[in-house]
Amino acid sequence: MSSDQNRTLVAVIGDEDTTTGFLLAGIGAVPEKSANEDASAAINDSTVSNDVTSGKNFYIYNENKSPVEELLQVFETFTSKRKDIALILINQHIANAIRAQIDSFTDPFPAILEIPSKDHPYDPEQDSVLKKVKKLIGE
Amino acid sequence: MSNAREQVFPTRMTLTTMKLKLKGAQQGHSLLKRKSEALTKKFREILKKIQLAKLQCGKLMSLAFFTMTELNQANGISNQDLLYLNIMNNVTTSKPRVSINAKVENVSGVFLPILESNIDNSINDFKLIGLGKSSNQVNKCIEIYSKILETLVELASLQTGFITLDDVIKITNRRVNAIEHVIIPRTENTISYINSELDELDREEFYRLKKVQEKKQQKEADQMLSDKKKKAEEKFNMEQLRQKLEAKAVINEQEEEEPEKESKEEQQDGQDEEKVEKNDEPKDILGGDEEGVIF
Repeated sequence: MSSDQNRTLVAVIGDEDTTTGFLLAGIGAVPEKSANEDASAAINDSTVSNDVTSGKNFYIYNENKSPVEELLQVFETFTSKRKDIALILINQHIANAIRAQIDSFTDPFPAILEIPSKDHPYDPEQDSVLKKVKKLIGE
Repeated sequence: MSNAREQVFPTRMTLTTMKLKLKGAQQGHSLLKRKSEALTKKFREILKKIQLAKLQCGKLMSLAFFTMTELNQANGISNQDLLYLNIMNNVTTSKPRVSINAKVENVSGVFLPILESNIDNSINDFKLIGLGKSSNQVNKCIEIYSKILETLVELASLQTGFITLDDVIKITNRRVNAIEHVIIPRTENTISYINSELDELDREEFYRLKKVQEKKQQKEADQMLSDKKKKAEEKFNMEQLRQKLEAKAVINEQEEEEPEKESKEEQQDGQDEEKVEKNDEPKDILGGDEEGVIF
């Protein structure tokens, strides 16, 4: 449980609007590169230099421009490489693109929350957790 | 599976250990069942909350997007990309305004993580955003997204609890079923096997004793019979002797003195024979006893 105490960040994978909104709320955390390299190394020791997220805890996914491979890589980084993320917010339509990975990710930490996006109304039927819930309740 | 049992020697000692094992298994079964019930209760509470929160979160989000659009309107739609870029570039600290505290709650031995959002208002990266046109909208946006974040964090904590509990309940139920359907029947089978085997041994022992008794009684009966025969023979011999003697006495009376010496000698011979026969008797009894013991 002690490792969970270090998880303090909220990460976002979303479209521009969602990400910007949450950044305004103040979830953003970027490694302070200019100050000194040690600090960034301490924050995320496993971040690779050529990583897509370059140490940020948010990622803007543009359906038409960004490749799915990149999205997978980001998801992989947030879920397994970084140990300081407690919660991942992901737009539902983006989650649908990597549904298999999300469904197969069953660890309690980081928690993955699917949130609606501006252009795509929220569909509770597709949420992987809600699906499980419905199955267990028996509806 | 129903006939499976453990590989043990059927002795009384293993019987007691098996009985203890059965008792322990039953106790563990009831305990685990109670644990599983407690967890399931908690689980159902969480389920209901999750369902509500998820649906509510959708509504909140649409409100948030509306505010965001308002901000864009105020800022000028053509400047949208610039605004976003500005906001993004203004994130410079490694320490975010909103951080999450993970606490741990203990539900009957299961540690459930509880997340709490923690807003540090001293950190504000966006002091200069919207300074020209839309600082009011920016503040509104910040407020609403912060609120949403709180709800989402709560939801996330429910969700992690849900996942953890789901796992634990599965494991507990698996254990309950394993005890109920495998361990307890197997131990019961072993106990009944040991019991039947011990009964079988008892019966064998009883039968053997009976048989020994029978043989012994027959031996005794035979002994008695042979003894009676011997006594009868002795009597018969004695009778014959007596008859002889009497016959001689009659002759002696007729021929007065001469044959008297002969009769005395014969009488002595008869007494000798008796002595020999009496010496034989105890030997026979001993021999009979020895055979009995051997058998």
